[in-house]
Amino acid sequence: MFKRRIPLFILAFVGTLLIVSVFIPPMENLGEDFTLFFDIIAVFAFFLGGGNLVRIHFGKLRRRKKDWGFSIVTLVAFFFMLTIGLLKVSSVGGVWNIPLLGIGDPAAIAASPTTEGSWFQETFNYVINPLQSTMYALLAFFVASASYRAFRAKNREATLLLLAAFIILLGRTPFGMELTRWVPESFSVLQIPNMAIWIMNSPNLAGQRAILIGIGLGVVSMSLRLILGIERSYLGEDRG
Amino acid sequence: MTSKLFLALLLLPFSGLAQDDPAGVDMLDTAVVVVAPPTSVIAVDHKYDKGERIDLTWVPSIDDQLVEGKVLAYRIYRIVNDGGPQLVADVATGVGPYQYADEDLHRDSIYSYYVAAVSSNYEAASTRTAPMSPQREWMNLDRKWLFLIALIVGGSVLLFITAARRGTKLFVRKIAGLEAVDEAVGRATEMGRPILFVPGIRDMDDVQTLAALTILGRVSRVIADYDTRIFMPTSRSLVMTAGRETVKAAYQAAGRPDKYSDDMVTYYTDEQFGYVAAVDGVMVREKPATVFLLGAFFAESLILAETGNYIGAIQIGGTARPAQLPFFIAACDFTLIGEELFAASAYLSGEPMQLGSLKGQDVGKAIAMIAIIVGAVAITIGEAWDVEFMHDIVTWLSGVFSTR
Amino acid sequence: MGKRHWILLGAIVAVIIIAAVLWLFPKERWGTVFSLLLVFGGLVALLLRSLYAKEVERRIIFLFILVAVAAPILFPITFTEKPTAVVQAVFDKIENLPSGSTVLLSFDFDPAMAPEVQPMANAISRHCLEKGHKVIFMSLWATGQALLSQSLSDYILLGFPDKVDGVDYVNIGYKAGNEGVLNVIVSNFEKMFPTDVNSVPLKDIRIFDDIASAKDVDFIMSIGGGMPGPKEWVLFVGDPGDVDVGVGVAAVVAPQMYPYYPAQVIGILGGVKGAAEYEYALKDAYPVFADMDTPGLRMMGPQTLAHIVILSFIVIGNIIYFRGRRERKQ
Repeated sequence: MFKRRIPLFILAFVGTLLIVSVFIPPMENLGEDFTLFFDIIAVFAFFLGGGNLVRIHFGKLRRRKKDWGFSIVTLVAFFFMLTIGLLKVSSVGGVWNIPLLGIGDPAAIAASPTTEGSWFQETFNYVINPLQSTMYALLAFFVASASYRAFRAKNREATLLLLAAFIILLGRTPFGMELTRWVPESFSVLQIPNMAIWIMNSPNLAGQRAILIGIGLGVVSMSLRLILGIERSYLGEDRG
Repeated sequence: MTSKLFLALLLLPFSGLAQDDPAGVDMLDTAVVVVAPPTSVIAVDHKYDKGERIDLTWVPSIDDQLVEGKVLAYRIYRIVNDGGPQLVADVATGVGPYQYADEDLHRDSIYSYYVAAVSSNYEAASTRTAPMSPQREWMNLDRKWLFLIALIVGGSVLLFITAARRGTKLFVRKIAGLEAVDEAVGRATEMGRPILFVPGIRDMDDVQTLAALTILGRVSRVIADYDTRIFMPTSRSLVMTAGRETVKAAYQAAGRPDKYSDDMVTYYTDEQFGYVAAVDGVMVREKPATVFLLGAFFAESLILAETGNYIGAIQIGGTARPAQLPFFIAACDFTLIGEELFAASAYLSGEPMQLGSLKGQDVGKAIAMIAIIVGAVAITIGEAWDVEFMHDIVTWLSGVFSTR
Repeated sequence: MGKRHWILLGAIVAVIIIAAVLWLFPKERWGTVFSLLLVFGGLVALLLRSLYAKEVERRIIFLFILVAVAAPILFPITFTEKPTAVVQAVFDKIENLPSGSTVLLSFDFDPAMAPEVQPMANAISRHCLEKGHKVIFMSLWATGQALLSQSLSDYILLGFPDKVDGVDYVNIGYKAGNEGVLNVIVSNFEKMFPTDVNSVPLKDIRIFDDIASAKDVDFIMSIGGGMPGPKEWVLFVGDPGDVDVGVGVAAVVAPQMYPYYPAQVIGILGGVKGAAEYEYALKDAYPVFADMDTPGLRMMGPQTLAHIVILSFIVIGNIIYFRGRRERKQ
């Protein structure tokens, strides 16, 4: 019973306090303070997350479960980064520094793990960076396949969407400008790049604002349900 | 020259530079640029703070007003509890209003100030302000309209909840994405394949993640009943912990605690694209029949949704990030748009009290709609025919909805 | 005609086209012409195929995007640009500030977003330095600091050997705390950034002689797209501090910034196109930059071709849809 009631009480208390604090100057910084508390808790929670990752992949490896090869990659990468970060391994111009093991310059222990020449930073620059960019670049391919499937003139609304997409896609290229360069300057709004900006700025903006207002109100309503303890599904309860 | 010398001697006691410099009088011989001090220096308590700030305003030196570049800056001096003057700041001339906010003060100290006009080699100080202490206010009346609006919107949510509790029938429109939840879970059960639940990439302090967890609560109840497999990869440790609690509690409530396993909810990495790579890998290897993408998503939304589409899963997406909604709409079978994400749990529960809270939002929408229409009409008429009254309405409305 | 005849016909046409290209174009244009022929020829073939209501497999789409993006990188195609009003507004703001004004540039992005927004960050930095503005560089992203230091030393400062650190520009780096950082610097820089990246105390840096807080800065430009980023600069500094803010964002985020334009954000650079327009305006106004590296303009080639491929696939998709519907009706 207490296991349910205590979280509900904390939620109701902190929620109400933070709402009230907006209107009371001496309590104004409470929101920032709680954000800091949260960050501290989140940092400790990482031990749970990291521990869980290691446990699961060791388990997979031990039981030779399907795709256990990937687990080796994960574990090696995890411990490699952890080691070079914690030990502050660095090598500049052939000189090795592992201050925690007494190799090289002992003063390097105070250096940030992201200083030039540190293995941590080098791995970041030459492994993580390109990997991140690769994942991000996948978007170019997926945007194409998603547009091919989604933009079909199935009804009136879809046709409007299709037209807007056409203008925006053309408007984002010099090609769009070339197509309508002949339009006189006094009708420049009819040039495709300007039409694209108009679409973004007017119909799109109106729609986004409506969605944002809805979101704001949705957040208010959900927060009140949580604070009042009516919404308890996150505690696994079906009834309020 | 004699009048200037006289003026300078007169101002000598007030001048910080002359006091510090024993050769001050000698300097007068070498072309001292004498300037008049600023006047009407006023110190007032900053309204609606916790008593840490005093605002200063002054009328610039007459030399500053007449000759550009003669006064180089204004020096603000502060005297605390009858101590010596401390230089607080130099304020540049010619930019913006002549004012300064002295911050980080203490309520139990007494402060007075003077402002000095500074030329290239001379400093002319004003008279001191009356001693004062910053005051602490207990209510921020600048936010009275925000308070009122919050009261009306919050109040109406509560009102409709109470009305629903008394048994008033409330109509809530059909949300296709949520109607499909049962069907989507059923499909996974029939196909004997797992369900993938992705709660976004933000932590527990994002209300979208909370919304995702409330839906997870409902979904896992159905899953526990059907005995389907669920897999929930997370990119934050706290979300993993919270997710586990939610799923575990749902299995307990369904009377099948033995079927629950911690492996259902796992953590991968905080790194955005590392997480995406991991989840995409899970999708391609495990081929879930149903994919839920609910919560805060950024650039990864389309990468996840397209991969889900490729493996032929039924996808229910939902986020309150307007920039990512088009991607979900293009690649998912059902999309919860903004507020629908927050309404989902209440809607799925079908409980009158929860539905009442959704109804309360409509009052907020009505206020927004009226304000938008009145504002648009007023600004149009005001600009077109220069009607004073309409300008007033616009100013008033901007004041009401301003967040400063 | 059988399949073999078709192949033979195709081969003959291909040989004729290749011969024509080799004959008509100079050697350095062969790469461009062949890749364009490959892309557009393929699209025409798919268009004809779509008349039979045959869906295109997504791997084919991926292949076309790959060629459309890779070809203009290998064989550059450049276009002329005309800055749109939203971009011109940022350019004019920096141009019209009196020389010696202080501009704050915040690099709020990570390596993943860098290819899209780094070009505009470089162009704007160069513009400010050339105009003689004092520039404060910073980042709200942990991974942005490394990028910032790297782009300062590798690109931006190369063209300005006589600019002095601390006098003409300063790099104050990154501080954790997201929008909390902004909340503090709007009233006091030193509280959040006691030193710059080289551990020089802020009070010893000339630029900060007249600058106590972000409110004292003449113009703020936030370049990024995630959170915290341009939007937070508007909400936590631009609005409360009454400072002009301009933003440079990834293209997907640009629509989110339009609600703030032009009252709260004076101008918006959206994606590679925004960068290309800015680079073009900069080259146009300053002959010094005639030989400047213009990644934005260079990337417009791939972007244009990729957009044309996507547009073509949308057309193909619709033909397939309508042909399919007619066949189903019959």
